[in-house]
Amino acid sequence: MTSPIVLLALIGVLYAAGVYLILERSLTRVLLGILVLGNGTNVLVIVAGGRAGAPPLVGTAPDAEMSDALVQALVLTAIVITLGVTAFLLALIHRTWTLEREDDLTEDVEDRSVRRRLARGEQEDEEELDTTGCENASDTDDDESELEPASAGGEAAR
Amino acid sequence: MNPGSSLLATIIPLPVLLPLLGAGATLVLSRRPTLQRALSVVVLTVVVVIAALLLVAAVQNGPIVVTVGSWPVPLGITLVVDPLSALMLLTSMTVTLAVLVYAIGQGVYDRDETTPITIFHPTYLVLAAGVANAFLSGDLFNLYVGFEVLLMASYVLLTLGGSRSRVRAGITYVVVNVVSSLVFLVGIALVYAAVGTLNLAQISLRMEQVPPGTALAIHLVLLTAFGIKAAVFPLSAWLPDSYPTAAAPVTAVFAGLLTKVGVYSIIRTETLIFPDSEVTQTILLVAAGLTMLVGALGAIAQADIKRILSFTLVSHIGYMIFGIALATPLGVAGAVFYVVHHITVQATLFCVVGLIEGVGGSTSVTRLGGLMKASPVLAVLWFIPAINLGGIPPLSGFVGKLGLVQAGVVDGSALAWVVVVVAVLTSLLTLYAVTKVWVLAFWRPADQIPVPDAPDETAESEDEYGDEDSDDEEAAGDGDAARPSGDGGLPGAPSPRTGVLTGVRPGTARTIARQEANIGAEVDWPVARLAPADGTPALSGRLLGAPGDRVSSRLPKVMAGATGALVALGLSLTVVAGPLYAVADQAADDLVARSPYISAVFAQTVDDRVAR
Repeated sequence: MTSPIVLLALIGVLYAAGVYLILERSLTRVLLGILVLGNGTNVLVIVAGGRAGAPPLVGTAPDAEMSDALVQALVLTAIVITLGVTAFLLALIHRTWTLEREDDLTEDVEDRSVRRRLARGEQEDEEELDTTGCENASDTDDDESELEPASAGGEAAR
Repeated sequence: MNPGSSLLATIIPLPVLLPLLGAGATLVLSRRPTLQRALSVVVLTVVVVIAALLLVAAVQNGPIVVTVGSWPVPLGITLVVDPLSALMLLTSMTVTLAVLVYAIGQGVYDRDETTPITIFHPTYLVLAAGVANAFLSGDLFNLYVGFEVLLMASYVLLTLGGSRSRVRAGITYVVVNVVSSLVFLVGIALVYAAVGTLNLAQISLRMEQVPPGTALAIHLVLLTAFGIKAAVFPLSAWLPDSYPTAAAPVTAVFAGLLTKVGVYSIIRTETLIFPDSEVTQTILLVAAGLTMLVGALGAIAQADIKRILSFTLVSHIGYMIFGIALATPLGVAGAVFYVVHHITVQATLFCVVGLIEGVGGSTSVTRLGGLMKASPVLAVLWFIPAINLGGIPPLSGFVGKLGLVQAGVVDGSALAWVVVVVAVLTSLLTLYAVTKVWVLAFWRPADQIPVPDAPDETAESEDEYGDEDSDDEEAAGDGDAARPSGDGGLPGAPSPRTGVLTGVRPGTARTIARQEANIGAEVDWPVARLAPADGTPALSGRLLGAPGDRVSSRLPKVMAGATGALVALGLSLTVVAGPLYAVADQAADDLVARSPYISAVFAQTVDDRVAR
């Protein structure tokens, strides 16, 4: 069996580009990275099915010459799943944009407050730790807190 | 094959089919909430009954197999019920049902017409279907589909309400899980390229002929994929970031189920497909020890109860991985028992946190106090699963840990001994973490909650409360207490700050938030009233009732009832620990022997090409 060098190289390029994109902070690029990675994986699944042959339709070609139909079915399933996830992620990114007017992923609030607490090492700072449940009260950065009523009101009007 | 088991075989697909049909029906019934709720409960109850039947049958007669559409075995999709999958199915569906009742209780209690509960029920049932499919699947690609079904549902459930923090956590969660699914898909492609089949039983037979290097590469790819899903260190960082933001019932069901599906997949991979891989067993042992330790240390560093529990969740995944990594019947039996115990206890604890949030208005131990006095029932509900998690005898957590430690000692290798020590240490650290919550949130009198600097904002809000009685003033101020101090302490007149529950005497207290603060508030189901729209950080203590009502700190009946049922379930695991451990032993023997599973699958075959 000969190796499909071109396809393997393509997979390599797609993976490299995908990994690069997914490590970006911009959410749109992360989404693009997922798409590229998904396509790379789809090609990999096709390659796993072996050499390309005749269309797998009964009667059109001898059995031995047909392509493997199973991998094509698998890839179709995978494409549909990727499509669904992409749509959902796109909705989330749009939601982030409506809320934050920003495409970048913000830092985790709790992580930040734990880090700050450790940096100061003061007991009174423990008070700063907020509940995760209190969305509006805890989600904004300190320097943004004066903007909070406005944005919360915007959400309410929605 | 006897006729009884063929009848049983026909009901195997139902745990997948019924929730999916139920999801469709509840979507249609979205305008009839009562009917919708009833239908969801009925569907899951039926699934629990079916799972119990399957467990009895699988334990008595060995694995039951059905090939969907009666296709010959390697072609069609096989669903296999062996003692392991039946046990997992029964446990997970029971917990799912209890959490559903809890969620319904929460929704009803909130009486909030605009909550997206219409979306909640169908999605929740889809999640159940995905979990059931993953447990029953006898085919690697079907397992992938099961994962995707449950993940898609979990994406929606996690971001329910679309508030800022949930969207933020949701993006991390979705991206991490999509990447892990892609890694899984790569693994599937590699398996198919190597052995030309995706049927688990057939893979396990053919994998023996694959060169060891190739097999190891495939093995590691699959382990990476499942390791992310199961949150095994160092692939666990996503979990404590994403779980705590979700609604209480959602977190409960996620914590109980989703990581365990990953653990289940690791058990299958390790026992069925790659039974004798010393390299990965070493890797898994090291990962198990690190998962326990890092998770437990993370739990101690946190102040938010939800995050503490998320870290203990990660930490205790390590115990299961430890049992699997030993790859002896004893070790696997310990892991299986531990999975059952942990699904129950972790879901219970997250449900209790939902109640704590309702009564105390916060989930941060720095801002809670006096809960013991305010609600003794709540204290009992927290205490039992908490010490169960920590592994106090005679509870099931102790039995599970004991079994695993015994298995490690019997194994006797130096690395196993190290992990045994780490396991015992982790048990202590877990106990420390949950005891910290107990001491601070329950035992500490409410008037001993630390006094922060008084911010300006509070003074305003107190003016508005001027004509209210003093209970309201104090508590409303406390809601605001923490945030502005992050600026380095705003100047302001210090005023007496006390606990959220200060002065709240059962049956007489009044709540804390203003009525107008809640009008037009962002509906962030189900913690709707915690965050007023105008930014006034009034913590309402949601379960205390609507502002101005005469309220009591009695817990809502349905939610407390569901939580109580979960606590009772956890306790019953202790009572039936003997028989349950026997089932786990049998499951482990079957898993390690492999032949019952494989021969059951191939007994189905009518196509003699498979026999080759």
